[in-house]
Formats: sequence, structure tokens, C-alpha cells
Amino acid sequence: MSSILNASQLDASGRRIVVDPVTRIEGHMRCEVNVDEQNVIRNAVSTGTMWRGLEVILKGRDPRDAWAFVERICGVCTGTHALTSVRAVEDALGIDIPYNAHLIRDLMDKTLQVQDHIVHFYHLHALDWVNPVNALKADPRKASELQKLVSPSNPKSSPGYFSDLQNRLKKFVSGGQLGIFANGYWENPAYKLSPEADLMAVAHYLEALDIQKDIVKIHTIFGGKNPHPNYLVGGVACAINLNDTGSAGAPVNMTSLNFVLQRIKEAQVFVDQVYIPDVLAIAGAYKDWLHGGGLASQNLLSFGTYTQVPGDKSTDLLPAGAIVNGNWDEVLPVDVRDPEQIQEFVSHSWYRYADETQGLHPWDGVTEPHFELGANTLGSRTNIEQIDEGHKYSWIKAPRWRGHAMEVGPLARYIVAYCSGREYVQEQVDRSLSAFNQNTGLNVGLKPFLASTLGRTLARALECQYCADTMEDDWHALVNNIRNGDSSTANVDKWDPSTWPKESRGVGINEAPRGALGHWIKIKDGKIDSYQAVVPTTWNASPRDHKGNIGPYESALLNTPMERPDEPVEILRTLHSFDPCLACSTHVMSPEGQEIIQVKIR
Amino acid sequence: MSNTETFYQVMRRQGITRRSFMKYCSLTAAALGLGPAYALQIAHAMETKQRTPVIWLNGLECTCCSESFIRSAHPLVKDVVLSMISLDYNELLMASAGHQAQAALEASMENHWGQYILAVEGNPPLNEDGMFCISGGKPFVEKLKKSAEGAKAVIAWGSCASWGCVQAARPNPTQAVPIDKVITDKPVIKVPGCPPIAEVMTGVITYMLTFDRIPELDRQRRPKMFYSQRIHDKCYRRAHFDAGQFVERWDDDNARKGYCLYKVGCKGPTTYNACSTVRWNEGISFPIQSGHGCIGCSEDGFWDHGSFYDRLTNVNLFGIEKNADRVGMAAAGVVGTAIAAHAAVSAIKQTTQRKKKEAEQERNS
Repeated sequence: MSSILNASQLDASGRRIVVDPVTRIEGHMRCEVNVDEQNVIRNAVSTGTMWRGLEVILKGRDPRDAWAFVERICGVCTGTHALTSVRAVEDALGIDIPYNAHLIRDLMDKTLQVQDHIVHFYHLHALDWVNPVNALKADPRKASELQKLVSPSNPKSSPGYFSDLQNRLKKFVSGGQLGIFANGYWENPAYKLSPEADLMAVAHYLEALDIQKDIVKIHTIFGGKNPHPNYLVGGVACAINLNDTGSAGAPVNMTSLNFVLQRIKEAQVFVDQVYIPDVLAIAGAYKDWLHGGGLASQNLLSFGTYTQVPGDKSTDLLPAGAIVNGNWDEVLPVDVRDPEQIQEFVSHSWYRYADETQGLHPWDGVTEPHFELGANTLGSRTNIEQIDEGHKYSWIKAPRWRGHAMEVGPLARYIVAYCSGREYVQEQVDRSLSAFNQNTGLNVGLKPFLASTLGRTLARALECQYCADTMEDDWHALVNNIRNGDSSTANVDKWDPSTWPKESRGVGINEAPRGALGHWIKIKDGKIDSYQAVVPTTWNASPRDHKGNIGPYESALLNTPMERPDEPVEILRTLHSFDPCLACSTHVMSPEGQEIIQVKIR
Repeated sequence: MSNTETFYQVMRRQGITRRSFMKYCSLTAAALGLGPAYALQIAHAMETKQRTPVIWLNGLECTCCSESFIRSAHPLVKDVVLSMISLDYNELLMASAGHQAQAALEASMENHWGQYILAVEGNPPLNEDGMFCISGGKPFVEKLKKSAEGAKAVIAWGSCASWGCVQAARPNPTQAVPIDKVITDKPVIKVPGCPPIAEVMTGVITYMLTFDRIPELDRQRRPKMFYSQRIHDKCYRRAHFDAGQFVERWDDDNARKGYCLYKVGCKGPTTYNACSTVRWNEGISFPIQSGHGCIGCSEDGFWDHGSFYDRLTNVNLFGIEKNADRVGMAAAGVVGTAIAAHAAVSAIKQTTQRKKKEAEQERNS
């Protein structure tokens, strides 16, 4: 595997390709690359193109309300910011939550993981691999055979099922109103699936739309709605009453628990019968797609998640840890409170620090928005034709762990877990690798297999399976705990602000669908004094830093050959394999920042 | 154009019988709160109309509206996208990106000038020359204004587009504004909520497609069909409010019995939305049923109305309507029937705010 490239080593002399907007992501993003004469990407520039200032808005508010504000950072990974926020407040105030609340929060968190990964693969990522127009040429009988081959237990495999779908698709296309499929890259030779595989995948695109809306109903039971279920500092608001007066009208009762178990089982079936086989089938057809790894072979970070014994991070199902410089033999410990470990830099971001060679830990974070384009920008301030990456060029800051740019996300979690000896993960990965080698006749090793665009997409699917599986364990643990006489869901000892210390600070961490997530809070006189979030896409979409270290997106795009530079299929493939979430990444604050901003009405 | 198929043709070709189709129309009519007679009208519309082009733009937002939209169960969102509308531009779902995406937008506008529905999620920031939200290298607000020019109607999805929502909460650092501040020459239908309920979103669209007109709106431009009653009015815990039975602390015995959440901050009495009737995610539950008070997410400026756990003031335990009308008439000077009741609670809300800031002025009003 290649070592880490520095910005100074990149060749920006070739033809420049601009993709703006990057679609099928959350939020707004721009990407520019340079390709050489062979149409291989030699320079890549990732620009976050939105800023909302959410943490500025939080200053002075009630810390118990913060979860609702930060939940609105992102409606795709809905709930993960709320969970991280209540953890930060509980950490600051020293609140332990009841075991039932711990389990219900984990159930909700895994519900998101499962649903979000399914939506990502089928609705945000699949069209990079799947050509729905090509599916029109499929023989439905052969599609049926293919389906039975890749997933023998999937009952939706009859020729009639596929011919009905194909007819629907034919009429849709011949109607001339292509809707979301208009202007796709359907003639591009980068698409490699057989018509039958394309038809099968389109069927699952539609099935996945149906199943995802059912999985999230677990949020609706415990949190009242989805998107944006409700959370509570001190536990969960959904009181448990299985056997007493009023049970039928209580949030958690026998019927709602049964309902949750049913949804878990449905999710397991879909993941096992449809999602995992599809990812393996697509990987087999795109066996040459082992590029796109970038930093994945080098620098990886996970905060760890799914703690089995509350308070003991060593019991995380997916453990915390950092890997640097490509040394997969050593997983380093991570301390989110240590000012030397996590720091954010802004030399290439649209913010201003007094000294931009220095990074700042989130508890001491400063955010002074400063929109300014470099001298080599083409176009104008409000009509950017080509960005100047030598200067400031993104609304995203550059977070670093001990000075390293780090990839986060399902793949980082899985590599860290694999290298930490987690057996469930090792078994899943090994099984997938041997299936891949068997399907393709290749003999690819673990590292080049995982550290790739395909590896990133596979890790997400495997994690989805892990979460769906272990949700059932959480459900049984919850029922057992209730059986043992504990129905408590909230600790209200410190609900009243008069019980709080005059000043306190805390940190909440989680592994969101897209990776390591941290919220750092300072509370003073019962109000939020400062609030800072460093989110997964800040890590992954990071611009360069003052030393020229490039971020994971930029790094992953390098050395990828493009079939047709005007059609960014390959760029989308690799960017989407990270599941970009731009609204998450671009919303930082300073304690002082708000005075600097000018209000101009257009 | 004759090649373009109608919704009914699409359904027939999927092997759906006329009988099933009529049943579908009845269910749609019921979902919209319309009588059985409307089923025929819906059927007629579905049989004769081409798919209406929809251009869906995203400004400053969190994409919760798109996520809610894809949760729709009746109609299923796959049927909406494949058979009811032509979703010509939607950055979350569309296959193409960059130049090809921009071209798709321009082609749809050109081909369907005056015919398409513009649906907007999120809002434009005006600070920094609009460059807090950049699309295609330019300020999002330009794209918004341009797309609005040829629109038949404009839908403001969610609280961002309708009111400003979280990024517009104090001190609104990006100067994010509701879309009707920049689209001033077109009817804007506001469908607030953070997000709106999935079936409310597809219900509004279905109504517009079916009847080829915009739904009846209230004075704040929200569809009356979904936003004319408070959550409190139809809450399944209302009887406990009237009986004075309240949750006093989280997870107390009363919480387990499902008593009223008013004392722990529920904003149901001042929030106009369909949560307690349509409910969420196919009617499974809604915030109050799951034990947390309503945070009022469909109301203008709800982020700046004090803590979500502060008890509402000026709501009497009994005779709330009388109290509401009294305050409403005094504060807003409105005397009437339905409209007055509506304005009244808005007035309560404003009064509550004023009271917090200026106790003296509150006394005078």
C-alpha cells in the first residue's frame, strides 16, 4: 500500500474536473480533481459548502434543551447528536442513568445504524454501481435464477416478481419523465453489472425503501417520532409499565415491546437475505475496484461504542482506538479529554485563528467565520468556477489526532475492532474476504481488501448485520432487567439546575453511522457557556492543514482512473463510500464568534 | 407528450385491478380526511393526469424533511416517486451530480415552465453574500429565486423553509430567513414541523395533484387540513389534563400511568399540528404517547420560546377556550369565531414571550 501523500506532492497540472453539487449526500459539498493524460486522479479538493452556526445559537441556553438543538445538526443520522449531547451534559453534571435507559438508548442507536446503513447503500450509494436503464434488458427468468443463487433463502425471487418490476420500469422510462434517474451516467462503461443483477438491485432499492420506514418505528415507540425522536437528560422519557394500572397508555408496555422485537427480526431478515448478499455480489462484479482506500490503510480512529457494562469502555462491542502510519499491529488508546490528542486547525478553512499553525482542543475551540478566497480562484466571490486549495477553501475545519488526519466510520470501527481481536468482527470479515476471493478467483489480502472503496461499503453492511443481531440481545436484557424488578428509566436527582455546580464541563462521545462523534460542553451558572462538536464528516471531509496533510476524502480519490472525466461516476463511488454528511460537519462556534458576523440583507 | 402515462395507467400495468385501484382511491380520500364521495374525484384525476414535475431544493437544513418524506406509508414513497410525481430534481435521491444535475434542473424548468411544483427544504442564509450556503459555486438564494420564477406553486417543507427553524434561532448568525422572505410573488404553502409528518407531506402533495389546486390555508399559510387544531385538542392524555392528573417528575408513578405532561413542559396546548391525530410513522405513536412533552416544533420561533421543560403559562386547567379567547381578544383585538380561536393561541404564545422579557408590558396587555 502507498504511504500517505502530502499536498506538496500532488500534481494539479492536469485537467480540472468540478463536481458541484455532489448529490446523494446529506448537505452541500463540492469536489474538484485534476486528472492526468490517462484520466487518473492526481489531485483532489473537498469543499464543505454550508455553515449554520448551531453552536453559536446554543450559548446561554438550558443544557437540558441542547439535545434538541444539536439533533437538528442532521436529520439523516437522526438521534445520534441528541444522544451524544445528553451524554455530554450527564458527564458534566455527574449523572448516572438507569440500566433500562442505557439499553433503550442502545436500541435506538442501533436502530439508526441499521436504517441509516440500509438507506445509504440502496438510496445514496447503489446508483454508483447499479444501472437501472440496463435492467430493462434483463431476462426475468435469469434474474430469478441469479437471485436464488446469491440469496437462496430470499423468497422474493420468482420470475414473475422480476417481470412485473421490469414492466413497471419500462413504462417509467418510456414515459419520458425520468425523474431522479434523469441525466444519469447510464452509457458509461464504468457500470459493470449484468442486466439481471441490475434488475435484482433495482428490486431491492424499492424493497429497501419499504423496510427502512418500518425499522425506524423503534424510534417512534421509544422517542415518539422519526426523524428526530425525543431524548432526555438523565435517562429516557418513555416510562415502563408492563403490568399496572394505565399500562395500555404507557410508552413501554407489553405490546410496544412485542412490536419492537418484531421490527428487529424483520431487520435481521432483510440484512441477511438482501443487503449482505447484494454487497458481496456487487463487490464480485467490481473486483478491480480495490482503489479508493486512501487513509484507510494508514490512519484510523474510533471512539468505541455499544458498552455492555455501563461505565466500562473496555466492554464496548466495537472498541475505541487509533491506528497510525499503517501499523495495524498496534491499536493506540484514545483520550478525548487530553488537549494534546484531538485538535482542530483552520489554515485551509473559512475561519480565523490568532495563530493558524496551532490547533485547538474542542474545549478551547474558537470559531470566527472568515469567508475568503485565494488569489488563484477562478470566477468571483459569489460565482466560484474553480477553488484555490492553496488558500482557505472549505467551511469544514481540519481535525487531527496527535497531528494525523484520520479516517473515521464503519470501516475505521471494523479495522480497529479486527485489530483489537474482536471475534465477531474477525469472523464476519474473514468470511466476506474468502467469499470475495472465491467469487472472483483472486487472492487478495486483508489489508488491500478492507482499505478500499469496496471495503468501506462492505464494512458498513457487516456493521449493519452486527447491530441488527445484537439488538435482539439488548431487547432480552431489557426484558430481563424489568423481570428482575427494575422499571426505572430516568434519574432525576440532578434535574433541577439548583443542584448543579457553578461551573462544570463534560464530553459526550459516540460512534455515529458515519464515524467518531464528540460533543464538548461547558456549563456555567446553569447555562451553556460553550458547546463544540467534532463530527465524523469533519474528520473525513477535512481540508488540508498547515503542514499539507490531506484529509480522507481527498486522499481516497487519488490514483483512481476515470472512464470519462466529464462523468464523475468514480468520484461519486468513493465519496459515497464514506456516506458524506455535510450539515453535520460545518457548524462550529466560538464563545466570542457571534459579534464578528456582519448582517447584510440582500 | 402523448407518450406520458397517467397514474392509473401505471397502476393497471402493474397488474392492479380496477377494483383495487378504487380501493386505493378510497383510502387516499380517507387519509386526506375527505368523504367517500371524493374517492371518485381522486380516481378521475389519477386516470387522466400526467405526472406533475416537482423540483425539490435544499438550503440550510438537516435533511430531516427528505428523510421524513421517504417514510411515507400511504402512499408509499416509491409509488409517489415512480407513479405520482416526476421528481426532476432532488439532491438526496437523484442519480446525477454536478453539471448533469444542474442540467436536469434547467431542463425541467424549461420544459415545464409554469407547470412544476417547487418544494423547498431548508432556507437561504443572507449573510456573507449568501455564501454560507453555496450550490454550484453560487449562493443558494440565487438558485432558489430562479427556480421559483417558473413554479406553479411553492411548498415550504418543514420549519426551516416555513419559519427559519434552528439556524434562525437567536442570534441567527447566518441570517437564515424563511423562503417567503425571498419568494414574494408566489403562493407559498407552509408545511411546518421539524420535520413534518411523512403522511402530512405526501397528503399535501396528493391533494394538490388530485384537485389541481392548493389546499385551503390558514392565516399563517398552513394547510387547514393538518394544522387547524392543537395537539392538545385531540391528545389521548387530554382527559388527565381535564382531571388535573399530571406527571410531576420524569418516571414517577404518574408518568407510568400515562398522565398529562403539561407540568413537565408539554407545548401541546399551543402547538398546531396533526401529531395527536395522524400520529407518526404509520400512526405508531407520537411524542406525548412516548412520554416526552411536545416541544412545539411546528410553531414559528419555537426555539426561542424558553426551555422545552418550562411549564406553559396562561393556560388554565379548566375552561382553556375561554381563557384563550379572552387573552386573544385583548392582545390581538380580534373578535370572531374560528379565526379568533386560532389567533388567540398565537397571541398567548406571543404574550408568554413578552411576559418573559418584559413583565411590565405583559401586565398592561
